[in-house]
Amino acid sequence: MIQEFLAGSLIYWLIAILFLLGIYGILDNNNFMKKLMAMNIMQVAVILFFLVLGQKSGGTLPIMIGHDNNVDLYINPLPHALMLTAIVVSLSTTGVALALLMRIQDHYGEIEEDDILRRMNK
Amino acid sequence: MNRGFGSIVLDTSFRVLVPFTLVYGIYVLVHGEYSPGGGFQAGALLAVGVVLARLVQGREAAFNIKGTTALIVAGIGTFIYGAIGFSTILFGGKFLEYGKLPFKVHDPAELHALGMLGIEIGVTICVMATIVGILDALTRGEDLS
Amino acid sequence: MKKISLLLIIIMAGMYFYAAVGLPLIGDANSAPNTHVAPRYIEKSYEETASPNMVTAVLADYRGYDTLGETTVIFIAGLATFLILSTAPSKKKEEEGGDNK
Repeated sequence: MIQEFLAGSLIYWLIAILFLLGIYGILDNNNFMKKLMAMNIMQVAVILFFLVLGQKSGGTLPIMIGHDNNVDLYINPLPHALMLTAIVVSLSTTGVALALLMRIQDHYGEIEEDDILRRMNK
Repeated sequence: MNRGFGSIVLDTSFRVLVPFTLVYGIYVLVHGEYSPGGGFQAGALLAVGVVLARLVQGREAAFNIKGTTALIVAGIGTFIYGAIGFSTILFGGKFLEYGKLPFKVHDPAELHALGMLGIEIGVTICVMATIVGILDALTRGEDLS
Repeated sequence: MKKISLLLIIIMAGMYFYAAVGLPLIGDANSAPNTHVAPRYIEKSYEETASPNMVTAVLADYRGYDTLGETTVIFIAGLATFLILSTAPSKKKEEEGGDNK
């Protein structure tokens, strides 16, 4: 029972904890840079979740060995292909977010949320 | 990042490290259909070579891509991808149907491998130039001071 | 604020942990993500694309249109970074603003 839980679905709980850490960081931090880092943690949790869904026990990397195309021999290649692009896209969107943060820093001289909101409403 | 770090240990290890990084990047690109690898990873590895040169030797490094040039190169990479997609329409297929490419091969499936290699070259160029361009844009402010 | 976000996180944690019970077990070859198109990719990708690496085959051949979109997104993100920062007030201007203060 406990072994089945540890091997079968504990990783979902760990991924949920990682995701919730990201959400808590976004909600609770006041600094935009820390919010961006928490968002990246959330993104990593989503990527891990997709990769975990493609696992098969007894399967190896989705690269053909010889000409053996037995389905049980390889893990699912689809989540890997999807997440490969997601990682690179997350890199470039992080670049855009950093550029926006630099503009905010140029304009206000700080990246603290509550100060900026107060000065915007003035 | 304007001046680089400029210590002798960094300069020497940089000279050893960067050629191997670039060669490994090209290996990952052209061998991407037979082993783990592909366009995105090769682009990241090639970008690591350029970024290392930028970090160690500064903006005046001999091995450097300027920001505007990097953007143009990224556009060329995306264009290669799209051009291969449209060229298969010219040869009578659908968009990105590699089976209609006009090469002589033993097995029709190898046309697909050739088409995949072509678009992965485009992806590699785009990813490499975009990473270098983002680094260049983010560190430009330091040069003005 | 801190209490509200903590309460929200606790509610969300309950929902996630409840939903995780219904997900397929790790390593189950007959689970939903491993059954529909994935066996087709594994069986046919070598004879259709002559490429032993199935991830590349799926990425560049079966889902090539998708990857074209992703490449365009990366290119546009690079362009956006460049354009956002190219019209930025330069350090010189900022120093002038500092003099006014």
